Amino acid sequence: MPAGSTYTPIATTTLGSAAATVTFSSIAGTYTDLILVADTQNASGADNFLLNFNSDTGSNYSVTRLSGDGSSASSSRATNQTILQCGQVQSTRSTTIVQIMNYSNTTTYKTTLTRQNNAANLVAANVNLWRSTAAITTILISTSSYNFSAGSTFTLYGIASA
Amino acid sequence: MLNQIAAIHGVGTPAVTNSYESIATVLVGSGGTGSISFSSIPSTFKHLQIRAIARELDGGQTNASQQIVIRLNSDSGSNYAIHRLVGDGSGAGADGYSSQTNMAATGIPGNSTTASVFGASIIDILDYQNTNKNKTMRTLTGTDLNGSGAIWFSSGLWQSTSAVNAITLTALSSRNFAQYSHFALYGIKG
Repeated sequence: MPAGSTYTPIATTTLGSAAATVTFSSIAGTYTDLILVADTQNASGADNFLLNFNSDTGSNYSVTRLSGDGSSASSSRATNQTILQCGQVQSTRSTTIVQIMNYSNTTTYKTTLTRQNNAANLVAANVNLWRSTAAITTILISTSSYNFSAGSTFTLYGIASA
Repeated sequence: MLNQIAAIHGVGTPAVTNSYESIATVLVGSGGTGSISFSSIPSTFKHLQIRAIARELDGGQTNASQQIVIRLNSDSGSNYAIHRLVGDGSGAGADGYSSQTNMAATGIPGNSTTASVFGASIIDILDYQNTNKNKTMRTLTGTDLNGSGAIWFSSGLWQSTSAVNAITLTALSSRNFAQYSHFALYGIKG
């Protein structure tokens, strides 16, 4: 018998036209971690890469950031946000990988780790907190200002532990 | 030829395609634990990855700069080195240490921080079976506490050409990991 799949693609979206949001819903609770891999671009310029979990729009999100822009390294944070700010979208291609750890447990708040790379602008890492013990079943991906360009891709993977 | 025949008849075992496999998992129970051990690690992979959420149970630490201390093959000699890059919400910093008795993934919360917050850590140990190389580790670890916290990168070196067959993870300074801390070891084929 072949080995069971541990790193499983759950769903993928490739935009055929510009769009403001992408949603992954009805996420099964059968994995340990989720990984969101996004390759994005917009037509306009620097913008925020944002996540919303389970349609929660309360002030339950926060972030600590570390980034390098080619000339200096910096760190910042934001508290009591109504959405999870985990990176940027640029007019040049960016890769964003969000590790959503222990997403289905109903005991702990949810912590995510993000690495983001945009060769023209920055390299960055974020740690985010969603102050909810609910299992994550829906992820809404959006930006602050500009649509994702056609060709932007978003893939959600599940990792199952023994 | 045999695979074609097997396919026609709908029998036989197709090639294994899973290249990322779960090896072992530890969920910390009531009362916590000071140490997590992964032993008898199979030699059939190319790289290892540990994915964890963790929090300290005791000790009264009020920040999110506590550590998952890492030793390979129970080596407690001064055979480790580490470099770290950190963002603490106000500035970026870096440090490095040589001739250490362990490596560490820094960035989990102490027990006197906001309840229900567990730090996250991803630890990669590369080419762990290669007996021609010293071993390299990289980590991404962080905790956000909605007003404090930090994100840490680190690179680690174990100055040994031995194949890695055991990994021990401990909390700092004889403290304990809290209940619901979760450590999962994966193997990646190459």
